[in-house]
Amino acid sequence: MSSHKEPFITKYLFSYDHKMISRQFLLTGTAMAFIGMGMSLLFRLQLSSPGESFWILNFILGDKWAPGGVLDPNMYMSLVTIHGTIMVFFLLTAGLSGTFANLLIPLQIGARDMASGMLNMLSYWFFFGSSVVMICSLFVEAGPASGGWTVYPPLSALPQAMPGSGLGMTLWLVSMSLFIVSSLLGGLNYIVTIINLRTKGMKMTRLPLSIWALFLTAILGVLSFPVLFAAALLLIFDRTFGTSFYLSDIFVAGEALDRTGGSPLLYHHLFWFLGHPEVYIILLPALGLTSEIISCNARKPIFGYRAMIGSLLAIGFLSFIVWGHHMYMSGMNPFLGDVFTFTTLLIAIPSAVKVFNYLSTLWKGRIHFTVAMMFAIAMVSTFISGGVTGIILADAALDINLHDTYFVVAHFHIVMGLSAVMAMFAGVYHWFPKMWGRMMNKKLGYIHFWVTFTCAYGVFFPQHIQGLAGLPRRYYSYSEFPMFEGVADISQIVTAFAIVGGLIQFLFLFNLIYSMFRGPKAPQNPWKSNTLEWTTPVEHVHGNWRGELPVVHRWPYDYSNPDHEEDYVPQTVPLLEGEVGDH
Amino acid sequence: MTTFLIYLVLILGIVALVQLVRVSEISNFLNGDDGIIVTDKETNSLRYGLVIFILGYFAFYAWLVVRFWDLLLPPAASVHGESIDLMLNINMVVITIVFVITHLILAYFVFKYAKTKNKKAEFSTHNDKLELLWTAAPTVVLAALIIYGINTWNEAMRSTPEDSINIELYARQFDWTARYAGEDNILGKANFRMINGTNSLGIINSNSIDNRLSAYDVKIADLEASRQDVFPNGVNDEEIVKKINLKKKHRGYVEQLKENSKNEDYSVADDDILVKVEFHIPVNKPVNFQIRSQDVIHSAYMPHFRAQMNAVPGMMTQFYFTPTVTTAEMRSKLGNPEFNYLLYCNKICGTAHYNMQMNIVVESEADYQKWLSEQPKYYTAEK
Repeated sequence: MSSHKEPFITKYLFSYDHKMISRQFLLTGTAMAFIGMGMSLLFRLQLSSPGESFWILNFILGDKWAPGGVLDPNMYMSLVTIHGTIMVFFLLTAGLSGTFANLLIPLQIGARDMASGMLNMLSYWFFFGSSVVMICSLFVEAGPASGGWTVYPPLSALPQAMPGSGLGMTLWLVSMSLFIVSSLLGGLNYIVTIINLRTKGMKMTRLPLSIWALFLTAILGVLSFPVLFAAALLLIFDRTFGTSFYLSDIFVAGEALDRTGGSPLLYHHLFWFLGHPEVYIILLPALGLTSEIISCNARKPIFGYRAMIGSLLAIGFLSFIVWGHHMYMSGMNPFLGDVFTFTTLLIAIPSAVKVFNYLSTLWKGRIHFTVAMMFAIAMVSTFISGGVTGIILADAALDINLHDTYFVVAHFHIVMGLSAVMAMFAGVYHWFPKMWGRMMNKKLGYIHFWVTFTCAYGVFFPQHIQGLAGLPRRYYSYSEFPMFEGVADISQIVTAFAIVGGLIQFLFLFNLIYSMFRGPKAPQNPWKSNTLEWTTPVEHVHGNWRGELPVVHRWPYDYSNPDHEEDYVPQTVPLLEGEVGDH
Repeated sequence: MTTFLIYLVLILGIVALVQLVRVSEISNFLNGDDGIIVTDKETNSLRYGLVIFILGYFAFYAWLVVRFWDLLLPPAASVHGESIDLMLNINMVVITIVFVITHLILAYFVFKYAKTKNKKAEFSTHNDKLELLWTAAPTVVLAALIIYGINTWNEAMRSTPEDSINIELYARQFDWTARYAGEDNILGKANFRMINGTNSLGIINSNSIDNRLSAYDVKIADLEASRQDVFPNGVNDEEIVKKINLKKKHRGYVEQLKENSKNEDYSVADDDILVKVEFHIPVNKPVNFQIRSQDVIHSAYMPHFRAQMNAVPGMMTQFYFTPTVTTAEMRSKLGNPEFNYLLYCNKICGTAHYNMQMNIVVESEADYQKWLSEQPKYYTAEK
C-alpha cells in the first residue's frame, strides 16, 4: 500500500475506503438524530401543557409555526412526521446498518474492502443527499410532510387535505427515493462481500454473529425496500399524474374528485410489506452487535451460537409474513386478522430464544462492565420490555382497543428507540477505538449511560398507561376530552424525562468529538477480542492488513477456553494438537 | 444580547468540560486507571447500580399502575368487550411474569458474575436439552395465546346478527355524522357525486337525483346567461366556458348514476335520520356500524365498547357490538355525573384530527325510541 499524501477530497469526502464511509454514516446519522430528537422535545412541550406558550417554540419555529409561543397544529403533525421518518430511516437504518456494516464486514471477514468501493461511496452520498432534501423540506412555505411517518393516502396524496401534503410531501418522497437507492446499493454490496470475500478459513459458521446479522439485514433490505419504492412511486403518480391507485370516491375541499377505482388499502399493504421487515432491519444489527459485545465482555462464548444463527434466520423469514398486524383495523378482510395474529405471535419464539441465550452468556461469566457492556445489558432489558408488549399488540382482538394509541407508541419506542439505540451506543463505544484509533472517555460514558437508561424508561413506560386509557397517538392536544383529564400528569412526567434524556446526549456528542481528537491512543486490542478487526493496524491503512490477509483457524468465541493460557484466542491463532476450532 | 450571552455560556461550558476531562484523565492515570480497564471500584458500583436500577424499574412500574389506575378505561360496556378484557388481563399477567423473571435473572447474573476472582469464565457453548426446553416452552405458551386470540377475534368479527340496528358513521374532515336507517332498518344508498351543501352525505333518495340534475341545469343556465355580460371571446368568457364544461361533466356523472341504477329502490333512504354531535343506542341490542369516509382515512374509535374500525374513502367498513351498560349506569358506577361514552377519530386525518368527536348515549329501549322519534327525518329535512 502506497504512502503518498492523499488529497483531502478523496481521503475524507469521496473515499472508497469502507472505514471512512462508516464514519461518514455515523456522523451524518448522528447529526440527523439530534435534529429528530430536537423535534420530539419541541412537540413534547405542547403535549405536556396543551395550548401553553413556550418562548423556545417561538425562538426556534418563528411566528408562523409557533405564534405567541404556541405550537401550530399543522407544524405539530409535521414535527411528529419528520421525527418518525428521521429516527426510523436516517438514524436506525442508515446510521446503524450503514455505520457498522461498512466498518465490520470487510474487517471481520478478512477482506481488503467491500466488493465495490464505488457503490459504497455512492451509497453514502445518496444518503447524504437524502438527508439534505429532508432538511430542505422543513423550510417550505406550507410546511413539511405532515401525515405521520407512514404518510397514508388519500391524506398524503391530496395537498388540499392538509397543507403538509403539498411541496413538503413531494420533497419527502424525493428524499425517501434517494434513501432507498442508498440502502439498496449498500445492501447489495454487503451481501456480495460476505458471500465472496471471506478470507481463507472463514467458513460461514465461523462468522461473528454481527456479520450474520448484517448479512440477513441486507437481504431483508434488498427484498423489501423496492416495495416501498413501488408504494412511493404510485403515490407520486397519484399526486402528480392524476392516477387513482389509492383514491376513490373522494369529496374534499368542496369538490368531488375525478379519481375512482383505487384503494387506500393498496398503499397499506405495499407500505407495510416494507414497514415490518424495516423494523427487523433495525433490530437485527442491534442483536448482532449485542452478541459480540456481551460475549467479549463476559469473557465467554456466546451461548448457543448455532441457535443464534437459527433465530436470526427465523426472525428474518417470519418478518416477511407478519406485516398485516399493522393493518388489523384498516378494514381488510377480518380473516387476515387470524392469519397475521398467528404469524406474528410466532416471531416471539426466536426472539425469546435470543434473550435466553444472552442471559446464559452472562451466567458464570467474568463480566467486564465497560461502557459498551452497560449499554448491551440495557439493550437486553429494553428488548425484553418492548418485546413482551409486542405479544399484546400481536393479538388482533387486543389491537382493537390499542391500535393507534400510546400503547403502540410505547411498544415501538422501547424496542426501536431504546433497544436498538442502546445497541448502537454500545457499538459506538466498543468500536470507537477501531474507527478513530483512540479511546472514548470512560467516566463520561458511564454518566451518559446511567442518565440515558433512566430517562429512557421514564419517557416511554408511562405511555403504556396512556394507551390503555384510550389516548390516541398523533393528537395535538387532549384537553378537549374530559376523560383525559389525568393524562396531563403523565405527559408532564414523560416530558421531564425526555428533556433530561435529550440534554444528556450532548454529553455523548461532546465525548465523541473530544475523543476523536484528544482521546488516549488506543492499543491494538483494547477489549481483548477474538475477531479479526482487532488484528489490523490502529492507524488505518487502505486494504486493512499491511501484508497477507489473515488466515482463520477457529470460530470467534474462544473466550476462556481452558486449553489456552489467555482468556481469549483470536481467530487467527492456529489450532493446538487435537483441538476443535468450531462449536 | 440574550442570544449572545447564551452562546457565550455554551462555549465557555464546553471549554470548561474539556479542561475537566483532561484533568480527570491525568488523575486517573496517576491512580493506575488507563481509561480502558474497568477498575474494581467501578465494577462494584456498577453492579450494585444495575441491581438497584432493576428494582427501581419494578417500583416505577408498580407506582405508575397504582397512581394512574383511575385513568385506565372502565370495564368493557359491550358483550364482546368482556371477552377482550379477560384476554387482555390474562396476557398482561403472562407477560408481566416473563418480564419480572427475566429481569431478576439479568440482575442476579450481572451482580454475581461481575469480574470474579476466577481467572476465566466457564467455557460453556451450548446445551441442547436446555435450548430445546426454552424453545418448546414459549412455543406451547404462544400456541395457547394464538388459539385464544384467534377465537376472541372471531367472536368480535363474526357475521352481524340478523336483528342488529344499522347505523352509518360517516367521517369527514373534521366531524362525524350518524345516520339511522329508519323503520325499514335499511340505510339508503349514497354516492359522493351527490354531495353538496344540503346533502353532505351524498344520500340518494326518491327525488334527490332528479333534484340534483335540476340544480345542475339551473347552474348551467345561469352561467350561460352570464356569458352575455362579459366581453365576448375575451379571457373571462373562456373561464366561464371552462366552468360550464366542468358542470356539464359533473352533471353527466349524475346522469350516469341514474342510468346505472334504474332498478334501485331509492325510497329506502326516505326514512333515514341524520344526527350530529351526539347519537343514541339502546342497551342490550346489537348495533351494526357501517362506516364510511368522505375524504381521507379516519377511524371510528369507541374504546369503552372495545370497538374500532377505520373509515376508508371508497369502501364501507363494518363493526358491530352489543352495549351492556347504559350511560346512566356507567355514570353511577364511576361516580362521575359528567361521564359520556365517546366516539372519536383515531387515524391521522388532518389539522383538526384531535378534535373530531361525538357523544354516544346508551339508554333503555323506550328512551331510545323516544329520542329517535324526536329526530327529523332526512327526507323531510331536505325538502
